[in-house]
Amino acid sequence: MLQIISLLVENKPGALMRVTGLLTSRGYNIESLTVARTLDPTLSRMTIVVDVDQNLRAQVIKQMNKLINVLQATDLTDVPAVCREMVLMRVRVGMSTRTAILKEAEIFGARVVESSTEGFALEATGEAEKLDEFVDIMQSYGEIEVTRSGSVAVSLEAKKLRLSAPVPKVHAAVAALETVRT
Amino acid sequence: MSATGTSTLSGAQILLECLARENVDCIFGYPGGVTLPLYDAMYDHPIRHVLVRHEQNACFAAEGYARSTGKVGVCCATSGPGATNLVTGLVDAMMDSIPVVAITGQVSSKLIGTDAFQEADTFGITRSCTKHNFLVKNVADLPQIVHEAFYIASSGRPGPVLVDIPKDVFQAHSHYVPVSSIHLPGYKVFTEGHTGQIRRAAQMIWEAERPFVYAGGGIIAADASEELREMVEILDVPAVNTLMGLGALPANHPNFISMPGMHGSYAANMGMSNADLLIALGVRFDDRVTGRLAAFAPRAKVIHVDIDPAEISKIRNADLPIVGDVKRVLSKLNKVLKELEPSSREKNSLPRQAWWRQIRTWKDEHPLTVETSTSEIKPQHLMREIDRLSGGEAIVCSDVGQHQMWSAQFIRFNKPRLWINSGGLGSMGFGLPSAIGAQFACPEKLVFAICGDGGFQMSIPELATIANHGLPIKIIVMNNGYLGMVRQWQELFYNNRMSQVELNSFPDVEKLAGAYGFKGKTIDSPHQLASTLREVVDEPGPYLLNVKVSSYENVYPMVPAGGAINEMVLGPPQPVTV
Repeated sequence: MLQIISLLVENKPGALMRVTGLLTSRGYNIESLTVARTLDPTLSRMTIVVDVDQNLRAQVIKQMNKLINVLQATDLTDVPAVCREMVLMRVRVGMSTRTAILKEAEIFGARVVESSTEGFALEATGEAEKLDEFVDIMQSYGEIEVTRSGSVAVSLEAKKLRLSAPVPKVHAAVAALETVRT
Repeated sequence: MSATGTSTLSGAQILLECLARENVDCIFGYPGGVTLPLYDAMYDHPIRHVLVRHEQNACFAAEGYARSTGKVGVCCATSGPGATNLVTGLVDAMMDSIPVVAITGQVSSKLIGTDAFQEADTFGITRSCTKHNFLVKNVADLPQIVHEAFYIASSGRPGPVLVDIPKDVFQAHSHYVPVSSIHLPGYKVFTEGHTGQIRRAAQMIWEAERPFVYAGGGIIAADASEELREMVEILDVPAVNTLMGLGALPANHPNFISMPGMHGSYAANMGMSNADLLIALGVRFDDRVTGRLAAFAPRAKVIHVDIDPAEISKIRNADLPIVGDVKRVLSKLNKVLKELEPSSREKNSLPRQAWWRQIRTWKDEHPLTVETSTSEIKPQHLMREIDRLSGGEAIVCSDVGQHQMWSAQFIRFNKPRLWINSGGLGSMGFGLPSAIGAQFACPEKLVFAICGDGGFQMSIPELATIANHGLPIKIIVMNNGYLGMVRQWQELFYNNRMSQVELNSFPDVEKLAGAYGFKGKTIDSPHQLASTLREVVDEPGPYLLNVKVSSYENVYPMVPAGGAINEMVLGPPQPVTV
């Protein structure tokens, strides 16, 4: 089962190797991994999606927390969190289907970042499953080339994450309301 | 200390200064190309360097030093092959949570990544076999990193830390600024133990009818033997020490049962299997202790005290976890236990008496027996004689195999840090070099290195180190002509097809030791055993004793792989009489 781990790590050489090494040495397959600086440039935030047995999830978090360069490891799989991914896509289409492509892109909230006689380059963000659908649909129109970012996630329990992105509590409440509505 | 003519120090000098500040009095190492600047600085530095004959043994010796004292052991190797030779020792220290700092040289910064001569990615290679590792890029960072390395190695759950230093960093000069504080924001050490949990644990313990203490290497690492003894006495509970924990509770303590697990005693394993409460202290529920997990202590609730949160419920679910330094937790727990004693003592006194009776019955039914013979030396007999000479006080460094199990069964340890063995990794070749480390750390102590004929031959080069320093180590080779433990498994589980386990051409030890300039002798008669061992111990210098023991003796009791620990095989199949 897929586990979403959010890590706050020291921005030091070798930190990424320690995290990935810990997972590979236990035979877990990493589905996606993103890493970038936080507001504090000495720290990085990683979001890792990894395939782990349900009953080993707590152990993975504990092992992550043991790494000297890791300030905090949090399991976001079952807690209120927002999880998004970005996809960049090039679609090769003929003149006849251009309008249809743009309509589809609009449905998925994708933006055109480049347009040529060959086709389009599109950018979309959203939940991974939504993007899967987007990719599938686009594929039906013709040749595509896709680069996905992998998930980035943020906890909505503001207390849980040190140096978390500025998500005020009201937002969490709004998000909760919205999930109820949909 | 200052470099002549300048107000700055070289990286090599800074490193030695930092080691001196960490009270390092002994480094085990082997020089090489990129550590030349370091060894040049060592030339006129008071720190003691012990030249071993192989880098793996430098790490084992550093472990022996650390295991016998609790201080951080230090080893040093050059880049490439020097560093890769350390790897087995580092994993060994990792598995047994032993504080070791390894210094390795690295090719010059500008050559890193160019496949330079003797270059290896030490930082990458040792990622998974150290608690943490460092690659020093700038001489100005060196003091901070060295002190962090010692802090990480010795605090929390101890372990090995490697510092990889490129040659140009050794050579670069810098003003040395002593380090005043250590800043490791991601390093969390939980020491105190949750007060509420400790109180609940005390209640659980008093409420149990069949409590059982399962104490391990964590007690020794935390120096908590005194607290353990106090707890055992307050409660009057039976206690076992694991292979890593032997000596944590004195072997001559009336509540001490013995070692549990694959080659543990009947009483220890039956006690574990029938307890209603396991008080697990500084242990990690190793597979060699638990046997088949589903059948391990099926009726017991578990209180698990460990400094490493990742050990809690890793293998066996803890009904009551306490994360903390076992010494501090136990001293708090003992207070609460005493506080609750007046109201609790009588509650379960009858079932507890019955529990003790049951355990004594198990002990009497199947004691660990010393076999003797008049024609050949039985290995158990050898261990009993060593035990007699030791009197529970000598340091015994064991290699890995049958002799290790018999040593653990029959040699008693009345104090912690006397029994030194490779428990988790089971590295053959560990015994002799670890004895070197222990003897340097404890020059006044009687140190035995007990090896099999296999492991001994893996560490033969170190005889030179022993001769070199005149270390009075008593090397006892339990020689059965086989890789005994592998042969035992081949006999029992592979139809006695003895594949590649016979060790022919063992050298004449009298000539071998003689070649190094010390005494050696071979014995094979039980009548010679006691007197020769006496002679070995009385010899002021090193002694190499080759004891030919019966070839086909097996270690019992034995829990076969995948078996439950209460389903021990107690001895060899007996001939059936009709």
